[in-house]
Amino acid sequence: MTGTRISKISGKGVYVKGNDIDTDRIIPARFLKCVTFDELGPALFYDVRFDSDGSSLNHPLDAPQHAGAEILISDANFGCGSSREHAPQAIQKFGLKAVIAESFAEIFHGNCTTLGIPCVVMDKQDRARLAELIAADPEAELIIDIADLKVICANNIFAITMKSSAREALLSANYDPLDTLMRSFDKIDQTAQRLGYA
Amino acid sequence: MGKNLYQKVWNDHVVGQLDSGQYQLFIALHLIHEVTSPQAFGMLKDKGLKVRYPARTFATVDHIIPTDNQARPLQDEMAEKMIQVLSDATAEAGIEFFPPQSGSQGIVHVVGPELGLTQPGMTICCGDSHTSTHGAFGCIALGIGTSQVRDVLASQTLAMDPLKVRRIRVEGKLRVGVTAKDVVLHIIRTLGVNGGVGYAYEYAGSAIAAMTMEERMTVCNMSIEGGARCGYINPDATTFEFLRGKERVPVGAEFDKAVEKWQSYASDEDATFDDEVVLNAADIEPTVTWGITPGQAISINESTPDPDQVEGLERNLVNDALDYMQLQANSPIKGTHIDVAFIGSCTNGRLSDFQAVANVIAGHKVAPNVKAIAVPGSEKVDKAARELGLDKIFESAGFEWRMPGCSMCLAMNPDKLVGDEVCASSSNRNFIGRQGSSTGRTILMSPIMVAAAAIKGQVADAREVFGLVETTAG
Repeated sequence: MTGTRISKISGKGVYVKGNDIDTDRIIPARFLKCVTFDELGPALFYDVRFDSDGSSLNHPLDAPQHAGAEILISDANFGCGSSREHAPQAIQKFGLKAVIAESFAEIFHGNCTTLGIPCVVMDKQDRARLAELIAADPEAELIIDIADLKVICANNIFAITMKSSAREALLSANYDPLDTLMRSFDKIDQTAQRLGYA
Repeated sequence: MGKNLYQKVWNDHVVGQLDSGQYQLFIALHLIHEVTSPQAFGMLKDKGLKVRYPARTFATVDHIIPTDNQARPLQDEMAEKMIQVLSDATAEAGIEFFPPQSGSQGIVHVVGPELGLTQPGMTICCGDSHTSTHGAFGCIALGIGTSQVRDVLASQTLAMDPLKVRRIRVEGKLRVGVTAKDVVLHIIRTLGVNGGVGYAYEYAGSAIAAMTMEERMTVCNMSIEGGARCGYINPDATTFEFLRGKERVPVGAEFDKAVEKWQSYASDEDATFDDEVVLNAADIEPTVTWGITPGQAISINESTPDPDQVEGLERNLVNDALDYMQLQANSPIKGTHIDVAFIGSCTNGRLSDFQAVANVIAGHKVAPNVKAIAVPGSEKVDKAARELGLDKIFESAGFEWRMPGCSMCLAMNPDKLVGDEVCASSSNRNFIGRQGSSTGRTILMSPIMVAAAAIKGQVADAREVFGLVETTAG
């Protein structure tokens, strides 16, 4: 299954501050009681957005000025914890299309790439500057250029890095590897035989 | 030039390289459970795909199963539906399924090893990050997302980048009252929660070599909490003896042949590593978390951190964690009040974990305000524990002895914290909301430390509570 080539993502940004934001925070475990991913969007970051009687905790994602934001910005080790794909699924179903952070947890990163969500690395100083720009003008458009490895916002250009295999996958539209994996059944069967699993 | 185990297992299982630069890796053993597989089976159905190698996938139920009453249909309709979907999908595909009351159900990372499904030199995957547990047998054991579960079901392979390997040597002898859980908490505390990103961890050294298989599983289990993609320990005589006689392990001459093959996977004497860290076993104390990540941990006699000692965002993080946990800065962690005590989980839910506690709690009683539960990791662990009378020892001390499942580790079943209760827990994560309440507080520690906390009603030094002293006998 090849998707469409992903080379540029543009949209408004929203900064969710904090290192080590884990997948339990991104999507609390009780929302994993499901057999499809369809209902996950509204549950994104639920327990830090709403208190136990459903009233708003005034999380950045719910700030009126950030309504319709499509690019999430955070800090170090974003997505640590569980391997649950429900986390990037919730992010995607909420309407976010890319994440900019200092660093990403590996399993989360891999899950994002499969779904076509770019994980973009930007250093601390640049992210602080970007957060300032967004605070000054929440409507400002961010453009993430995956081919040229830069983010543009209000005439500022920030250098970014990405994991090269993920970037390759997004640019070549092969970020979902299933079709590619299924092309080599001969070699797979040979490997299985050699290992004694045939 | 010698190779390390990661390189050997990787090379054995690579099918080829993909255009993206990633490699296609054959997966020798695939374990599935009811949370991360339903959507994968749905994806296969949507595309008209079948399971390619059904004999290499095994299924059980662990996350959503209640631990007090497993009568079907379950009270929770969605939980019942998830078990049903798994049951139907595995039956249709010809995948072996271990449901509740089959005699083999349990936490997936307890079930694989106890059946002898997990064997040295394998690549092993499961839609659960604590798949790293199986690395204890000398495997590349990877937690994967649901789309990758789909990939493995459809092709028995997945796409992966190779990892670097860091060897972590723990040298010397652990002091009395210091357990495998303390070793891995100490490693995470020392190297950080993202110290391992891009790495597989090889745990080595005399302290690791001296560990039993169940202790090795505890260490490998929390590799993920240290940011590593996976973690492993080289197979040796301890590994082979554990496997001898297990249900799915060859016997007789076949077993001897297998042992030779398994031994060959161990890292060579002259293997090289991308990085190496050496830790002194004698430096490790009983360790507990104080904060909201597994890396925010200190030894039992230390105090919580001083936010003024750290800069910028770090200082905010320390303050936020102290606020959430309702702890003072710079204060002894010993004496922190607890409400709930939980012994179980894929980290510490095996027979030896319960035996270690049973050895010390006779004659003690759980404090009156504490709710204490002991949850065996599988039906087999439960049966063996009952045969030894361990359940009675726990119950006499005031613990509830439950049925097998993930229980209070992660809030997907009825075992949850209420309000801002504090739980002394033998599980693996203390993130906000992890145990089912958005204000609930988790303090991670070893099983005997949980028992000590349960008895005292507060975080305590198990060595003091149970009179554990170093013996000088040789």
